[in-house]
Amino acid sequence: MTRRVDVLVVGAGPAGLVAAARLAAAGARVEVLEREQRAGGVPRHCAHRGFGGPPHALTGPAHARRLTEAAVGAGAEVRTGVTALDWTGPLALATVGPRGAETLAARAVVLATGARERPRAARLVPGTRPDGVYTTGELQQAVHLYGQRIGTRAVVVGAEAVSHAAADTVRAAGAEVVALVTDLPRAPAPAARTLQARLRHRTPVLTGTSVTELLGRGLLSGVRVRHRDGRTATLPCDTVVFTGDFVPDHELARHGALSLDPGTRGPAVDGALRTSRPGVFAAGSVLHAAESAATAGREGAHAARAVRDWLAEGGTGRAHWPTGVPLLASPPLLRIAPNRVTPSDRLPYVLRTAIPLSRPSLYVTQDGRPLHRQRLPLATAVPHRPLTLTPRWTHRVDPAGGPVHVALA
Amino acid sequence: MTVTASGPLPAEPYDVVIVGAGVVGCAIARRLAHHPALRVALAESRDDVGQGTSKANTAILHTGFDAVPGSLESRLVREGARQLAAYADESGIPVERVGALLVAWDEEQLAALPRLAEKAGRNAYHDTRLIGPADLYAREPHLGPGALGALHVPGESIVCPWTTTLAYATQAVRAGVDLHLNTPVEHAGHHDGVHRLTTPRGPLYARRLVNAAGLHADRLDRSLGLDDFTVAPRRGQLVVHDKFARALVRHILLPVPTARGKGVLVAPTVYGNVLLGPTAEDLDDKDATESTAAGLRALRAQGRRILPALLDEEVTAVYAGLRAATEHDDYRIRAHPAQGCVTVGGIRSTGLTASLAIAEHVTGLLTRTGLDPGAEHPPEPVRMPNLGEAFPRPHQQPERVAADPEYGVLVCHCERVSRGEIRDALAGTVPPRSLEGLRRRTRARSGRCGGFHCGAAVRALFEEARGREEARR
Repeated sequence: MTRRVDVLVVGAGPAGLVAAARLAAAGARVEVLEREQRAGGVPRHCAHRGFGGPPHALTGPAHARRLTEAAVGAGAEVRTGVTALDWTGPLALATVGPRGAETLAARAVVLATGARERPRAARLVPGTRPDGVYTTGELQQAVHLYGQRIGTRAVVVGAEAVSHAAADTVRAAGAEVVALVTDLPRAPAPAARTLQARLRHRTPVLTGTSVTELLGRGLLSGVRVRHRDGRTATLPCDTVVFTGDFVPDHELARHGALSLDPGTRGPAVDGALRTSRPGVFAAGSVLHAAESAATAGREGAHAARAVRDWLAEGGTGRAHWPTGVPLLASPPLLRIAPNRVTPSDRLPYVLRTAIPLSRPSLYVTQDGRPLHRQRLPLATAVPHRPLTLTPRWTHRVDPAGGPVHVALA
Repeated sequence: MTVTASGPLPAEPYDVVIVGAGVVGCAIARRLAHHPALRVALAESRDDVGQGTSKANTAILHTGFDAVPGSLESRLVREGARQLAAYADESGIPVERVGALLVAWDEEQLAALPRLAEKAGRNAYHDTRLIGPADLYAREPHLGPGALGALHVPGESIVCPWTTTLAYATQAVRAGVDLHLNTPVEHAGHHDGVHRLTTPRGPLYARRLVNAAGLHADRLDRSLGLDDFTVAPRRGQLVVHDKFARALVRHILLPVPTARGKGVLVAPTVYGNVLLGPTAEDLDDKDATESTAAGLRALRAQGRRILPALLDEEVTAVYAGLRAATEHDDYRIRAHPAQGCVTVGGIRSTGLTASLAIAEHVTGLLTRTGLDPGAEHPPEPVRMPNLGEAFPRPHQQPERVAADPEYGVLVCHCERVSRGEIRDALAGTVPPRSLEGLRRRTRARSGRCGGFHCGAAVRALFEEARGREEARR
C-alpha cells in the first residue's frame, strides 16, 4: 500500500527542515523522514554557539529545536525514527519505522541526508583497534546527548573549525586535549581560533604532522605521529578524535542511480538544486560535505522555491526539467556546488581549495569563452574553509555548449 | 545455564575442560554437550567466545579442494564443510554459495590451474572447471585487465564466522556446558588422573583436558610435558569495503598459489561487504594483531590490480588476525592417553570450515583416553539472529515489526540494525561484554560511519543493559 504526499523530505537537518517549513507554509503536504529519534540534524549535538541568524547567538540544540518547531508549526509532518530504505519508484520510497513498513510516493522529493566524518578505518590509519577512538559526531553525542564518560587525555586529529569544536567537547567532558594534529603546513582554522587554543588552553597545534599508528590493546595508549621533516613521536593518550574529512551521506542518491558529482561525491545539482532525476532535489551537506548549518538552511529555502515552481508546473515527468551543463572546478580547487549550471541559476556557489591561495581570483569560462572573473575578498584562501562565487554570470552560459570551468585566474 | 566472567571457579573436577573458546573449542563443547552425563567446561582467556583467530579471518566455507591430499585436514575439511552447511541451514547462520575463481594473471599461474584441478580431484572434489578469459570476464566484468583464465570452484561459500562460533557456544551452554570467560589457563599440572589448571580466578580441575588454545596451544602442551609442535603466528591483515562494492564482485576471487607466494583474495562477505586480503607475515609475537602501513599499502596495490573499482569505495574496517601455523603441513590433533589430554593444534585458516568434523574427531579421541561419554542425546537446536544480507533481516519482515515495533526502529543506520536486535543480543545466552562483542552479534557500528551517527546511541543501549545486569546481581 502506497501513501501519497506532495513533498517528501529525507533528513530533518537544517536543509530539510527549512525546505519543509517553507513548502508547508506555502500549502504543500510535506512529510519529513528522519531516521534519528530527534529532528535537528548535526546541530543537535553541537553545544557551542554560532547558530541561527545574526547575531548567531544560538547553540546548536536551540537552533535544531527552532528549526523543528518552525517546520511543525508551518504544518509539515516531521516523523522521527523512520528510515527511508530505498526507492520503489522514481518518486517513491520504501520506509520502515516503529509503525512498520510503508511506501510513500510524492510529487517531489528533497534529499537532505547530510554528511559524516570519515572514521579511522576509512582513513586507513594503521595500528591496533582499541577503545577510545571517536569522530567529532560520536564524541559530541556521547558527551552532550548521553552524558557518557570519555577518557582523560585526547589527541584531536585535524585543526580546522570542527576540530576546535571537538577539543571544546573534550574539555567540557573534563578531559585534557593533548594536541591538535594536522598534516597541513599551516593551521586551517581562523587565526584567532588557533591562537586561542595555543594561548588560552595551552593546547599545542601540531602542523605538518600526521598520525601514523594507533597504539594500545583494549584501551588506546597513544598515537604515533610523524612530522614532515621525518621526526616521529608518541603522544600518550586514551582518546583520539578524528575530525573533519566529511563525506556526503549519498547512499540514497546512489541507490536511486542519481548522477553524482565527481568532486563532491554528492548528487550533481544545478542552481535550482535539481538532481539528474525529474522531481528529485537535494540540499545541504549531502551536496558539499560539509558546510555550515546556515549554508544548508539557505539551500533548503532555495530548494523550497524550486520545488514550488515544479509543483506549480504540474510536477510530472512532462514538466520542464533542465539538466544544465557540467560546472567543473579545476585544481587546485577541490570541488564546487552546485555543479551543473543553467542560464537562470541564482544560487551562490560554494567551493573549496586544496592548498592555500594568496589573493585568489576565480575565472569562469565555457568552451574557452570568458564568462566571469571575480577577485575573492580574501587575502588568503585556505583549505577546509568555504569560498563563495557569485551566480551573476549564469545568463551568459550557453545551455547547448560544453562544460563550464571555474579556475584560478 | 552458566556463563561466568569473574569470581572463583567450581572446586569439583569437571569430566572435560576445553581450553579455548574459539570456533574449534566451541564446536567441541557443543559436541560433548550431546552427552548429558558429562560435566563439561569451556575456559576462555578473553571476555567473549571467538575472540582470537576465529573473529579475524576470511570467513570462507571451504570445499577443501586445495588441501594436501590424504591429510587429516583434507578429510576433516571435506566432512566439516558438509556438516557446517547443514548446521548453518538449521541454525540460521548465513551462508552464500557464491563459488570461487582462482584467477591466473601470468603464464606460470595459468599453467598451475590444471594441476590444481587434478589436486582437487584427489581431495574428492570433482566440480572444478577451467574457464578462459572470455568466460571469466563475463562472470566478473569488473575484474582488472590482464587475467588469462581461471579455475572455477563452484562449491566455495561465504559464511558468518561470528554467528557460527556463537551458535556453537549458545547451544553448548544451553545444554549444560559451563562457559568460564576471563579465564586464561596459565599452567596445567596432571596428578592422580586430575588436571589442575592454574588461572587468575583460581584453580580449575578436570579429568580430561582438550587443548584448543589456538595460538597458545604449544605453550599449554609444554606445561603437560608434551612437545609436538611450535605455533608460528602468521598475520593476515584484511581490509573491508562498504556495501556499494558488493556489486563489483560475484565470486570469491582467489589467488593462484605459486612458488613466489600465495597472493591475496577479494571476497564478498555475507554482510554485503567486500574483503581484500590477507597479508601473510610470519611473526614471533602472538599478540601482534595490529595493521601496518606497509601491509595496507601492499593490499591496496594488489586490490587495484584485481578489482580496480574497489579502491574507490569507502573502507569500513581494517583488521588483522593471526593464524596458528606450525612447522607441520597438517593439523596436529593428537590424543595423549597418559596425560588424559587431547591437543587440537595447527588449525590454520580452515578451522571454521572443519570445526564440526574436528569436534567429532576429538570426541572419538577422548574416548581413547578412557573417557566414557555415556548416552547420547542431541541438544536442542538453536535459531540464531540473521546477520546476512541474502536472508531477511527483522526490519524487512512486516509481520515481525508489527508484532514488535522495536524491530522497526533502526539504531545503526549503515548496517540497519534495529533496537530490537540489539536488545535480543544483550539478553542472549552468551551476552556480549563489550561493544565489540555487541558488534559481532548484531553488526551495530560496523558500517561506513564507524559510529559517527550511532556510536553513542548503541553505547547507551549497551551500558543500560549492563547496568540492569549489575543491579540484578
